[in-house]
Amino acid sequence: MLKLKVNNIEIEVEEGLTVLQACEKAGVEIPRFCYHEKLSIAGNCRMCLVEMEKSPKPIASCAMPVAEGMNIKTNTKFVEKARKGVMEFLLANHPLDCPVCDQGGECDLQDQSMFYGIDKSRYKENKRSVPEKNMGPLIKTQMTRCIHCTRCVRFATEVAGVPELGAIGRGEDMQITTYLEQSMQSELSANVVDLCPVGALTSKPYVFEARPWELKKTETIDVMDAIGSNIRVDTYGWEVKRVLPRINEDINEEWISDKTRYACDGLLNQRLDTPYIKYNKKFEKASWSEVYEIIKSKLQNTDKEKICGITGDLTNMDTLYVFKEFFNKTLGSNNIESRSDHTYLNADKRENYLFNSSINGIENSDFIFLIGSNPRYEATILNARIRKAYLQNRMQIVSLNDVGDLTYPYKSLNGEIQKIKDITDGNHEISSLITNAKRPMIIFGQSVFKSHNARFIFETLKSYLIKKGKISNEWNSLNIISDNASTVGSFDLGIYKTNDGSNEVLKNLENHKYEIVYLLGQDNLKFEKQNEFIIYQGSHGDKGAEIADIILPGAAYTEQNGYYTNLEGKLQKAYKASYPPGDAKEDWQIINELAEIMNHRKLFNDKEELDSSLTNQINLLIEKNNMKDFSQIDNTDFTKEILKVNHIDYYYSNVIARASKTMFECKNSKINFKSTGTEG
Amino acid sequence: MLKDQDRIFKNLYNDKGSDVESSKQRGDWVGTKDLIQKGREWIINEIKSSELRGRGGAGFPTGLKWSFAPKELNSRPHYLVINADESEPGTCKDRDILRFEPHKLIEGCLIAAYAVQAHVCYIYVRGEYLIDGQKLQTAIDEAYEKRLIGNNACNTGWNLDIYIHYGAGAYICGEETALLESIEGKKGQPRLKPPFPALIGLYGCPTIINNVETIAVVPTILKRGAKWFATLGKEKNTGTKIFCISGNVNKPCNVEEEMSISLKELIEVHAGGVVGGWDNLQAVIPGGSSMPLIPKKICETLRMDFDSLVNEKSGLGTAGIVVINKDQDIIKCMARIARFYKHESCGQCTPCREGSGWMWRILERMAKGEASRDEVDMLSDVTHQIAGHTICAFGEGSSWPVQGLLRHFKKEIEKRNNFNPTFGSDKKIPYLVDQHLLEKKDA
Repeated sequence: MLKLKVNNIEIEVEEGLTVLQACEKAGVEIPRFCYHEKLSIAGNCRMCLVEMEKSPKPIASCAMPVAEGMNIKTNTKFVEKARKGVMEFLLANHPLDCPVCDQGGECDLQDQSMFYGIDKSRYKENKRSVPEKNMGPLIKTQMTRCIHCTRCVRFATEVAGVPELGAIGRGEDMQITTYLEQSMQSELSANVVDLCPVGALTSKPYVFEARPWELKKTETIDVMDAIGSNIRVDTYGWEVKRVLPRINEDINEEWISDKTRYACDGLLNQRLDTPYIKYNKKFEKASWSEVYEIIKSKLQNTDKEKICGITGDLTNMDTLYVFKEFFNKTLGSNNIESRSDHTYLNADKRENYLFNSSINGIENSDFIFLIGSNPRYEATILNARIRKAYLQNRMQIVSLNDVGDLTYPYKSLNGEIQKIKDITDGNHEISSLITNAKRPMIIFGQSVFKSHNARFIFETLKSYLIKKGKISNEWNSLNIISDNASTVGSFDLGIYKTNDGSNEVLKNLENHKYEIVYLLGQDNLKFEKQNEFIIYQGSHGDKGAEIADIILPGAAYTEQNGYYTNLEGKLQKAYKASYPPGDAKEDWQIINELAEIMNHRKLFNDKEELDSSLTNQINLLIEKNNMKDFSQIDNTDFTKEILKVNHIDYYYSNVIARASKTMFECKNSKINFKSTGTEG
Repeated sequence: MLKDQDRIFKNLYNDKGSDVESSKQRGDWVGTKDLIQKGREWIINEIKSSELRGRGGAGFPTGLKWSFAPKELNSRPHYLVINADESEPGTCKDRDILRFEPHKLIEGCLIAAYAVQAHVCYIYVRGEYLIDGQKLQTAIDEAYEKRLIGNNACNTGWNLDIYIHYGAGAYICGEETALLESIEGKKGQPRLKPPFPALIGLYGCPTIINNVETIAVVPTILKRGAKWFATLGKEKNTGTKIFCISGNVNKPCNVEEEMSISLKELIEVHAGGVVGGWDNLQAVIPGGSSMPLIPKKICETLRMDFDSLVNEKSGLGTAGIVVINKDQDIIKCMARIARFYKHESCGQCTPCREGSGWMWRILERMAKGEASRDEVDMLSDVTHQIAGHTICAFGEGSSWPVQGLLRHFKKEIEKRNNFNPTFGSDKKIPYLVDQHLLEKKDA
């Protein structure tokens, strides 16, 4: 601990902090533009100048490490003059067009010039004008406003791992641009919009939509992937105008993926706002009571074994729980399933479908083995964390498959499943890497569970890890990347039907053994409809609604309160930011009402009852799961196969993204899935 | 006046040949092995007691700088970097060393590299000095051939490799940390200090960076003794120095002279006097364009050394003396210098990026007499807002010449820019929206 004085306040801080951080600990605010906690220090805006005793010049507090006995002053004339000087320079070539600037109201430069600047401009020369740069469909540029803090450049090179942003030219002709003015090839690109302290980089889809003070802000959870990024949803009336990240050091730090941020305009399009019934292959509008009556008669006249329910990828746990109760209690059936593919599932223990090392744990890991996974598209934020950990620790990363650029170097094996056998037999160099590593991480992508040898790969590797002591209370090296926000929640609630890990409901469905299929927000089924009667409940008119006979309009994730469990098993609550459009209702309510019509009794009286019942149920299920043991399997049971990593249509992965215009533009202009073979 | 026997650079005008044999006749590479065998401590102490100060501009004591290098070699190698990116307008001393006295530099490199435990030495040559760099390369090849450098250099058991790296023509790459960035292949932008390059420099390794002239005088100092060097010049400003005299003089030249020589003697004796006679002198820039100018009045008695010039609020800098006589428009001259700095600012930090252009524009208007009276004070404000607030010394470098102008020629500027910006109450300017405000008395 070092002792120093800030404005005559004595404080003690740890070694290695900067003067700026020490000042913050002392409760003294230092203005800054280029400094950002998560990025490297540039020290180029010079706004954070403070006075240090025995130094004739003011020092840049963001770059100066603290030392014993420092005497820092921030409230003197000297500092005030330095700040005013720097602010005058920053404003010299910055256009004073705040009324037409999208950053107005949340602009660092605007705020700080109010506090630290002077009221008049002495700059009489013509202001510099800089041509706009094309940065793709997400980032609107107005480079005349740029103050060259280089936060965006540092973000792109350090966090996103795509060194495509940079400054060309020098002196006052310096310009920030992307390489050859192409759009940034990153799934995190739009974070530069948040980082930009001025209006140089603003959000293109949100351009001139609203002012920050007009928006209602709701802190909630994202559902675009299984990470469960913490977000803030800004709404104007019913419309969700934009999505911004919230800081959660354990999950998304400060970043969110482009899909999380920009798929929100999909909430406005293709919405189901009233119940529909299909007559003669045409949908007709109907009332709630009509559709309820039809469903009731259909369900009552069908054998309960001929009814199945498949839940979707964005559904919250409240709805899943009501749905399960509806099937188990009201219908007396347990034909419910949450998997839309033939994926292998061993839900005996909760650790079998979780990312057990946790996202924070990545930073402590010393060896990472990716199997059938492309984390860049399956879990963008998680991939950014792997890159961060790689930059810190330079640990070795191996992938069974060559999946193209992951923004960090890795060694790729050729994808043969034989390799897994070699490793578990101890005949491969990876075996010693796993056993020698203190905290290895074995990361399974969903492609593993979709392969024919899923059971072999998963179970042999798991028993190998247990044998080598890599799954213990201190460190669990078994990690599964789930694809969807509701996957872990569904498994926790037991929404699956299986004996040997296979998807029985889907098998029966494909063999047309069901007469009534209830799709709860499920749009990803690949299934040829024959004589099934399909009830679709969901928010968007997509693949599920297309094949439905009855459509029940539900709510999207921003329109209802509900719990989600992320891939690590963290339970988080999403809050209602808006309300369902038209006649649409919250999902739990629809099922609850349906239950009432069927049995003249509601499943739950209100949302509170549902919530408390749900939390009890989750605790029970988790405890029960932990008691079971995993199943041993025969080690030789596999067929020769080359594991393929499934192509993910990153910008089109769910109904909301598919309804979004912005995602459509991204898909057209940004993504380049094919690896060229030239990257490192 | 420096005696011929005390001259260090005997071939400054290339009348004796710059190849290794002729250099040897002048005393280069003689007894190098003995010097090195006296050990690191001895070399550094000798340089310390000679009071040699860096010749690149800042005048930092060289022996002290060398002693900052870690004493023990760790896993990280040490580097020696020679700054031959001589871009300061009015300075051309290093160029003559590179092409006419390369062996003095190479010998100095070997001794300095041994003193700071470096096995690799980079010489960062300004891109425009291509031919001079090639001559240096020839000399390096000669030295390799004679086993003066390379493995077991001069039979001392020390290995040294010297590489030339050409710059791409940016003034800022003469700043030591920007130079390191440039060698690493990055954009030449100065680094934040601390950490200083002596601990974390090139590729993150301890690096000692010296000017060409500093390194080139080291062998002679060691051979003739620190005492000899210290007797030249005056206390703390010892030894000899190459002065580059240019501008309005009859015979522009490079000349090696004793430190603390009077400016008048330099101009009158070596440069053939000011064009139009001494009385036609207007001002002198004493140390390369970034040093504040000095008016004639002070020039009469001025002695050329670090401390005397600091007393006159200027600096010796690189000792590139630019003489400006009364035929020149002094404001225009400074506007031209300001334009140079505006063009060469790297653009990394705010005050310099925005301020250097601002200063140039005001000065351009002032030269034409288009500025208003209050802008003189504003210009002074701007220069003070730049100096001391930047990452590197470029901020000072760009604002000092303007400060010098304002200090000594303020009356000249005010005479030319007499325009009063506050409008009289009867002035009706059709496009002025705020006319009603100006009609008040105190507007």
